[in-house]
Amino acid sequence: MKSNLEHSEAAAIFNKDVKRVDWHDETLWFVREKRDKAAHQIPEWELLRETASEIKNNVLSNMHDYLLEFESNAQKNGITIHWAADADEHNKIVHSIMEKHGVKQMVKSKSMLTEECHLNEYLSEKGIDVIDSDLGERIVQLRKEPPSHIVLPAIHLKKEDVSETFHEHLGTEKGNNDPQYLTEAARLHLRDTFLTRKVALTGVNFAIAETGEIVVCTNEGNADMGVHLADVHIACMGFEKIIPQRKHLSVFLRLLARSATGQPITTFSSHFKTPRDGKEMHIVIVDNGRTTQLGREDFRSSLKCIRCGACMNTCPVYRRSGGHSYHNAVAGPIGSILAPNLDMSKNADLPFASTLCGSCTNVCPVKIDIHNQLYKWRQVLVKEGHTPLGKTVAMKGMATVLANPMVFDFAGKAGRFVMKNMPVLVNNSLNPWYKQREMPAPPEESFREWYKKNAKESKDKKDE
Amino acid sequence: MKIGLFIPCYVDQFYPKVAIATYELLQKLGCDVRFPMKQTCCGQPMANSGYEHLTKGCDTNFIANFAEFDFIVCPSGSCVLHVKEHLHDENNEALASQMRKRVFELTEFITDILKIEMIPGNFPYKVGMHQSCHGQRGLKLSQMTELNAPFFSKPEQLLSRIDGINLVSLSRKDECCGFGGTFCVTEEAISVKMGQDRIKDHEAHQVEYITGGDMSCLMHLEGILKRQKSPIKIIHIAEILNATI
Repeated sequence: MKSNLEHSEAAAIFNKDVKRVDWHDETLWFVREKRDKAAHQIPEWELLRETASEIKNNVLSNMHDYLLEFESNAQKNGITIHWAADADEHNKIVHSIMEKHGVKQMVKSKSMLTEECHLNEYLSEKGIDVIDSDLGERIVQLRKEPPSHIVLPAIHLKKEDVSETFHEHLGTEKGNNDPQYLTEAARLHLRDTFLTRKVALTGVNFAIAETGEIVVCTNEGNADMGVHLADVHIACMGFEKIIPQRKHLSVFLRLLARSATGQPITTFSSHFKTPRDGKEMHIVIVDNGRTTQLGREDFRSSLKCIRCGACMNTCPVYRRSGGHSYHNAVAGPIGSILAPNLDMSKNADLPFASTLCGSCTNVCPVKIDIHNQLYKWRQVLVKEGHTPLGKTVAMKGMATVLANPMVFDFAGKAGRFVMKNMPVLVNNSLNPWYKQREMPAPPEESFREWYKKNAKESKDKKDE
Repeated sequence: MKIGLFIPCYVDQFYPKVAIATYELLQKLGCDVRFPMKQTCCGQPMANSGYEHLTKGCDTNFIANFAEFDFIVCPSGSCVLHVKEHLHDENNEALASQMRKRVFELTEFITDILKIEMIPGNFPYKVGMHQSCHGQRGLKLSQMTELNAPFFSKPEQLLSRIDGINLVSLSRKDECCGFGGTFCVTEEAISVKMGQDRIKDHEAHQVEYITGGDMSCLMHLEGILKRQKSPIKIIHIAEILNATI
């Protein structure tokens, strides 16, 4: 990961460049609006969400059976199935397939799972050269950055940044920011990669238990081109990608792209069912903490996620803090409820990087109650001791004051007295509120003081 | 019908005029309303920070103050939502559960319980309505732009019937202002940026007032407006509704 800064620190740095934050916010808001237009054109949109949610609930409750059904059907189709308990095992399995074939190069289409497992770093240490073929992923890969968004990996970059990166790595003209020119350069560069790589790795959007096939959704066709030109296809999936039957795709494919980018459907929805003659197809099914999450009653439904990224696009915090501030492969609201499951201590800040506004829950195509889970993670993290001592002390003090009316009354009066007579004690640089905001003007009396004097009078009036 | 007036702790201390407006408005609408003197806070600041387990004292105090009322009415969607979702009593959960159903935000109480569709009045200003998230998405006081569902808005329904008011349509109708409880200090940079951006939307529509149902959001926006020396004024919806009758 890029940094070990807490979300709030990284976000504060991101916010130093106001114009860039505005641009980032507006770009993602544009995607959110496209999503709204697409969703609002479908009269049965809310029913589709509910249906998708129920299908996924069924999957979560019958995961064991569906996985075995999928394995058995995939094997009948000639696919080799591997099971990986964690990221390390996943990486070893992928590497062992490469070794078996004596191949040192891989072309990879987008897979957030391999980001989660840090596969690129692992393979690179083993001397294997991986080229990401999704354009956005290729851009961030050249810059040695992680993706900042699960659907739009390079959304934090402007075309000027891309031009500079391509100039440095692909030899394009310096200062040529024309998107078409830059895309053509990437296309030429990737075309060569597609023609020469023997092993292609893809992610999986949906794995169908009934048929043992997988479906990969892309806009660039890069998954297909990689797979069709390679001898070996490795597909990596978290086990929650299972859906029961092929007919259920009709629900998910209608939701996925509309939620993600506002498109009716991705340009390519590619079904991979069986290896071609003389070729190999492997599927690596990964747990990496998912069983633990499935066992957490409050958080299991986070595994319904189909990785559309809608919660990121709508999140007012994400739009203004950028994906890297979440220091996790999956950023934004959904990342903030997935990450603590992987490492509570490292990701304790993420559930707090939210105002709990609830917009994420409303856009989620599979109806994950993301904001409720953010709230619940906060409770868990505090109980498990992952909050700063100072905060705990302050909260305990606050709880005592607020539970005792007399103390509350006194504290209120004292507070207002200080604000009125010694404002410097409040209006100073140690008060984060005051840095960019004025404090409210303390009134002469509280409401309860007013009420004591005036309420009886009004009651008397009423009695007349 | 006995109504308990539930006033958020910070409104009691910093914005008594909002509480007075709520109290007077309910009286004018014919309610038998009383303010239990020993109420403090619903406990939300602790709970949203992950310390829900420390809110038992607040719950006990809330129940002691409000158990006797038929309805509990509060000029804050956020505090109402917290009580609706989290009020518990280990010794009498049945009572707590009943009370969770008896607590109402001011505008929904007016439209849904009192069944009042309009409050006559005059407020000849250009006004921007800030939809606070907990009232909107939590209590469903207004339809949410994310959903494919028909428009409605309980607070806007009341505001729009007031003479002279020019209620603007914002570019981002229900974007969060960034207050977020302790978020406003723990994530200070984002919180302020979100508030500044909300204000820009209101400014672009040349509003004279920003109103809303939650003083916490408005306090945050007011803090930024004052720092910017903006002429835009903040007013709670209870103040508009009360001033006009």
